[in-house]
Amino acid sequence: MVEVPAAWREPAIAGNKTPADVTREICAVLDRKPSGLWWAGLVFALGLLLAGAGAVTYEIRTGIGTWGLNRTVGWAFDITDFVFWIGIGHAGTLISAILFLFRQRWRTSVNRSAEAMTIFAVTCAGMFPIIHMGRPWLAYWIFPYPNFRGPLWINFRSPLAWDAFAIGTYFTISLIFWYLGMLPDVATVRDRAKPGFKKALTGFLSLGWNGSVRTWQRYETVYLLLAGLATPLVISVHTIVSWDFATGVIPGWHATIFPPYFVAGAIFSGMAMVLTLMIVARKTMRLEDYITIRHVEVMAKLVLATGGMVAVAYLTEIFTAFYSGNPYEEFVFLNRMRGPFAWAFWTMFSCNVLVPQALWFRRVRTNLGAVFAISILVNVGMWFERFVIIVTSIHRDYLPSSWGSYTPTLIEIMTLAGSFGLFFTLFLLFIRFVPVIAIAEVKGTLHHAASQRGLPQAHHAEPVRGTEAEIVWGGVRR
Amino acid sequence: MSRRLLIGVFEREEDILNATRASRTLGYKLVDAYAPYAVHGLDEAMGLAPSRLPWVCFALGLAGAAFKVWFEFWTTSVNWPVNVGGKPWNSLPAFVPITFEVMVLTAGVSTVLAFLAVTRLLPGRKAKLPRARVTDDEFVLVLEESDAAFDVARVRRLLSGFNAVRVEERVGEV
Repeated sequence: MVEVPAAWREPAIAGNKTPADVTREICAVLDRKPSGLWWAGLVFALGLLLAGAGAVTYEIRTGIGTWGLNRTVGWAFDITDFVFWIGIGHAGTLISAILFLFRQRWRTSVNRSAEAMTIFAVTCAGMFPIIHMGRPWLAYWIFPYPNFRGPLWINFRSPLAWDAFAIGTYFTISLIFWYLGMLPDVATVRDRAKPGFKKALTGFLSLGWNGSVRTWQRYETVYLLLAGLATPLVISVHTIVSWDFATGVIPGWHATIFPPYFVAGAIFSGMAMVLTLMIVARKTMRLEDYITIRHVEVMAKLVLATGGMVAVAYLTEIFTAFYSGNPYEEFVFLNRMRGPFAWAFWTMFSCNVLVPQALWFRRVRTNLGAVFAISILVNVGMWFERFVIIVTSIHRDYLPSSWGSYTPTLIEIMTLAGSFGLFFTLFLLFIRFVPVIAIAEVKGTLHHAASQRGLPQAHHAEPVRGTEAEIVWGGVRR
Repeated sequence: MSRRLLIGVFEREEDILNATRASRTLGYKLVDAYAPYAVHGLDEAMGLAPSRLPWVCFALGLAGAAFKVWFEFWTTSVNWPVNVGGKPWNSLPAFVPITFEVMVLTAGVSTVLAFLAVTRLLPGRKAKLPRARVTDDEFVLVLEESDAAFDVARVRRLLSGFNAVRVEERVGEV
């Protein structure tokens, strides 16, 4: 038996539910007609997606010149969006893998949607390097394959090649992890469905799952192994993303603190995005019993903790710049705080360092409106963090004669909007067609919750009169 | 395969755990048990050996990593060496990140494929359920009436003693 962590003394799920209640209530969301709010959201998201698709099509037909990039600022909006989305994805893996390894049972209510968020965010992220190539039809050149040009291989010493492998592996493992976690629930939906298309489809997708203990035992083993693999994976992915910058010799990028700083920032922004989505989902999908105030509060504490790490990283960076005595480093940080992009720096600093401090107060953490507002602000701040790191470091480099500036074009802004459109379209379809809460995992926590409350969950079998049962009790007691 | 099976249906995780332990202690032949979620300790109660899948994960992860180190070495310093910033042909430290990623990829994918193979889970495969509600809220224990000494009435009493809501006999498959 796994011990219940003392940290979660209250039940993870409200309302003293039985396993049958859990099946019924979570599957009911899938059977109901979608609400008007859902349709409105979908139409809005699809609109954004279409605008983005139009912008990307135009950019691919015309060329990267449609962006505001110039000779000095060669990386700006597109890479900012890439790092932003990849970071969002990391909280999903934190919840599904790292909290699983730490046996945090409350994660069962949010892990399915957090993992879905990971996959959709990585999809959005992966789009940006591909369109940045300018000739996306040659995107397969980033992978080593036998060819007639030598064969000429890719440069394995380049962080950009590392990135391709990191993102590819991360997407694949996250998708497998998500699907594997969903398998028992697909079977549950299958067994509830009336004969027809839904039953046939879920029957196909559930791979013949029947809940046998032999399968469950191996399933648990595989789940643990994948969690163990995903944990270092998520750290490696954002570490490699940070190396895209840190291995360059640009002041403001060339810093050893980048890997931990980026990983903390990624989880910080991702937790904020999980909060945003959860608060919306619990309200619109009527899942208040499953995603309780306690869940919101715990996640808010994680935002506060990772926000603290990000704040320490900012201060360390600034301290190191001045302590190093390197005039170029000093200049980059002074230029960030007082130069033409000072507004972006101070937006970042207020949203990421000052605003989350409100979460020290329990009254704020349990106020859904306040937490929602903070989660949005954190994501704004984290987008600006990447913008500040990228643009302010390169727009004024060593030679003042080559200094330049950067303004995004409408195409770039529409591409960012389009990625939000893609993300929310996928997420809305997900909450409509997939059980948003891991049914089987929640059922597993009900028992612990009940026995912790001291309910007579197991009013043990009265020993049957007769010898056999008595022998059994004697032999079975531990 | 016309074996005679006795099927006990339970509604609580403790009941099936205790019933399984009891049946095993008394030497009945356990065919399988079914649960809507992973019941901790049920595999031990049935006497199942721990899964060997971690070995697949370890071996294929190692193989993937070894292959990738060799491949990076071969491409960059043997097959078509390219001078990149004056770095040595064999830049082993620079090969670490991709080696790690490939290790995770091969370990993860092969473990899942091995899992699907040993549990015979395949797309489109029809599920054989002992009871329709076993993926909802029922726990099912399946015993085999292995020999003449198997006294159905006694086992029925035993399972009922653990709050079995239903005990039924079946011939053939689950």
